[in-house]
Amino acid sequence: MSRTLFDKVWDSHVVQKIEDGPDVLFIDRHLVHEVTSPVAFLGLKNRNINVLYPERTFATADHNTPTLNQHLPVQDPLSAKQLEALEQNAKVHNIPYWGLGHEKNGIVHVIGPENGITLPGATIVCGDSHTSTHGAFGAIAFGIGTSEVEMVLASQCIMQPKAKSMRITINGSLNEAVTPKDVALFIISKLTTSGATGYFVEYAGEVFRNMSMEGRMTVCNLSIEMGARGGMIAPDEKTFEYIQGREFAPKGSAWDKAMEYWQTLKTDEDAVFDKEIAFQGDEIEPMITYGTNPGMGVGISKGIPMAESVEGGVATYKKSLAYMDFNEGEDMLGKQIDFVFLGSCTNGRIEDFRAFASLVKGRKKAEHVTAWLVPGSHKVEEAIKAEGILAILNEAGFSLREPGCSACLAMNDDKIPAGKYAVSTSNRNFEGRQGPGARTLLASPLVAAAAAITGKVTDPRELLQTQAV
Amino acid sequence: MAYDKFNILESTAVPLPIENVDTDQIIPARFLKATERKGFGENLFRDWRYNPDNTPKEHFVLNNPVYSGKILVGGKNFGSGSSREHAAWAVYDYGFRCVVSSFFADIFRNNCLNVGVLPVQVSPEFLQKIFGAIEADPETSFTVSLPEQTFTINTTREQESFAINSYKKDNLLNGFDDIDYLLNLKENIKDFAKDTPL
Repeated sequence: MSRTLFDKVWDSHVVQKIEDGPDVLFIDRHLVHEVTSPVAFLGLKNRNINVLYPERTFATADHNTPTLNQHLPVQDPLSAKQLEALEQNAKVHNIPYWGLGHEKNGIVHVIGPENGITLPGATIVCGDSHTSTHGAFGAIAFGIGTSEVEMVLASQCIMQPKAKSMRITINGSLNEAVTPKDVALFIISKLTTSGATGYFVEYAGEVFRNMSMEGRMTVCNLSIEMGARGGMIAPDEKTFEYIQGREFAPKGSAWDKAMEYWQTLKTDEDAVFDKEIAFQGDEIEPMITYGTNPGMGVGISKGIPMAESVEGGVATYKKSLAYMDFNEGEDMLGKQIDFVFLGSCTNGRIEDFRAFASLVKGRKKAEHVTAWLVPGSHKVEEAIKAEGILAILNEAGFSLREPGCSACLAMNDDKIPAGKYAVSTSNRNFEGRQGPGARTLLASPLVAAAAAITGKVTDPRELLQTQAV
Repeated sequence: MAYDKFNILESTAVPLPIENVDTDQIIPARFLKATERKGFGENLFRDWRYNPDNTPKEHFVLNNPVYSGKILVGGKNFGSGSSREHAAWAVYDYGFRCVVSSFFADIFRNNCLNVGVLPVQVSPEFLQKIFGAIEADPETSFTVSLPEQTFTINTTREQESFAINSYKKDNLLNGFDDIDYLLNLKENIKDFAKDTPL
C-alpha cells in the first residue's frame, strides 16, 4: 500500500496500538531544557525510577538564561534554581548536559541539528512546541507537555493517536527578498492559527527543495503556529550533506546503513493525504504581522485588513488591533518601531545573521532603535565571528549578545517594555509574549534589518535596490 | 501526576468568549520558573486578570463575582501556542475541571487530559447557546457526564455529546495516568529499542 513519509516514520515507531486509543510511540531522541523538565524529574523521583535511556536524552539550558555576562552567576534566583535543577537532574541520571558556557550550549532546536542529534526518519520530542523544527530533516518531531516528558524519561515512549496528514505544495520560485520566514508566515496567514490542527504537515514542491537546511528548519519550526502537530520535509542530498560528519550522526558502516534507509524516506507517488493545499512561490512577498497571533500577517506592501474581511470573530479581531494600537485599513509600511530582535529557534541560525548583515552592511542603525541580536548557539556565534559578520554588524552600530531564547519569550531580562513596538524574527506575537504590554511584529531577518536601519516598517526591497556603499 | 477522578460534574460556568486564547495568556512565560507543580492558579490569565501594579482588572471575568464554577467556556481554538503544561496546571489549580470550546489546540488538549481536566469540544452553535445561557443567567448550571459523554444545559435540557477515546475516558474515570501503563509495557519497549539504532 502507498504510504506518506509521515506514515513510514510513524508506523515504524509504534510499539503497540491501543484499540480506540493512542499508539504507544517509541522516541529515538529526547531533548530536555530547564523549564518544562523539573516537574517531570520530580515525578521520576516520586516513583523511584530512573531515566530508561539516558543515551537517547540530551539536555541544554536556553529558555531562562541571560544573554549578557553568562560567565557570571545568574542573577534571578528563580532562574538560577531552575538551571541548577536541570544540571543536578542531568548528573543524577547520566544525561549529557550542555549548560551555560558549554561550547555546545544554545537553543535546543538549534543545537540538535548542529550536533547531528537530529536525523532523518527519527522520532524526536521535547517539552517545547517548536520541536517541529527538526522535521526539516525528515524526522517526526513535535512538542510535548511535561507529563509526556516524564513518560519519555521513564519509558522512551509517549501515547498519542496518529495525526491526520496534510501536504502543502509550493512550486515556482520566490521573489526578491522573500525568505523561508516569509513563506511560513504566508502559509499561516492563509490557513490561520488553527488551520492545520490535528494534522501532521509535509512540505513539498520546488520552493522547499530549493531551500537550504536552515530555511527548511525555519519553515518546519513555524508548523505549530498553524496548529499542526508538526511539519516535515523529505530528506535529500542537501540533508545528508548537512548531517555527515556531525558528532552524533552515524559514522562508517553505520552511516552507509543509515543512508540506505534514509533514501527510502519519501512519500510514495500515489499516496493519499487527508488534505492537500497548494500555492505558487511568486504569490509571496516579504511578510509582516499586525496582530496578536501569527496568522495575522500580510504582505508588507499591503494594509491591515478590514474587520469584515477577516474570518472569525470581529470582537476578537478588534481586541487584537486595540492591543497593538493599530486601526483596520492602515498601511504597515512607515509604522514607527522601537526594538528589533534577531534570534530564536525560528531565525537564530547563521544564515539569518548573514541575511541581516547583507542589508545593514555599510548602513547605520537608526538611533532610536534598540536592537538585540542573539545567536541561536555558541556555534552560530563562532561562525558569525569567523565569517566577518560581527565586524559588519559592529560597523553598522549593532552588537551581539550571548546565545539563548531571549526576547522570543522574555523569560530572562530581555523584555520589550510595555507599549513599545518590536520587529522580531521570532515565532509568536501573542499579547505580552515579549514582555507585559509589548507589541510584536513578526518578520524575516531582512525585514528586521530594514526596520533597524530606518526605524520604521520598511520594505527590504527598497534598501536592496539602493545598495549602500 | 495523580489527579482526581472525573465522572459527572454539575456546575455553573465561567464564560470567556474570546477566540484563539493562547497559552501565553493562560499563563505568561515569566511564571514558568517553578521547579514544582504548585500555585499556578494564582497566575492563571495573569495579564488579563491583573494590572501591572497587581490590582485586579475589574472587567475581567475571573474578577467578576457573578461568575464562578468548575467549568471554563472559551472561544474557538482554545489553548493554541506553547506546549507548556503549566497552562493546564493553572486551569486545574484555579479549580476548573472542565474546559469547553468549539475547537482546541492539540497539545493543550493532550495536556489537559494528562492532568485531569476534561476538554469538551462542542459545535460552534452549541457553544453560542452555552454563552447565551450564561449571559441570560450566570447561575445556569451545566452537567458534564463523562460516562455518557454528554454536556447538558440544565435549564433547557439541551444536550450535545462529545468525543473522547475509550482509553483516555477510562483513565479519567479511574484517575490512571499514562506512565502506569507505559511502565507495565517496559519489557516490550526494551525489545523494541534493541532494533532501533540511536
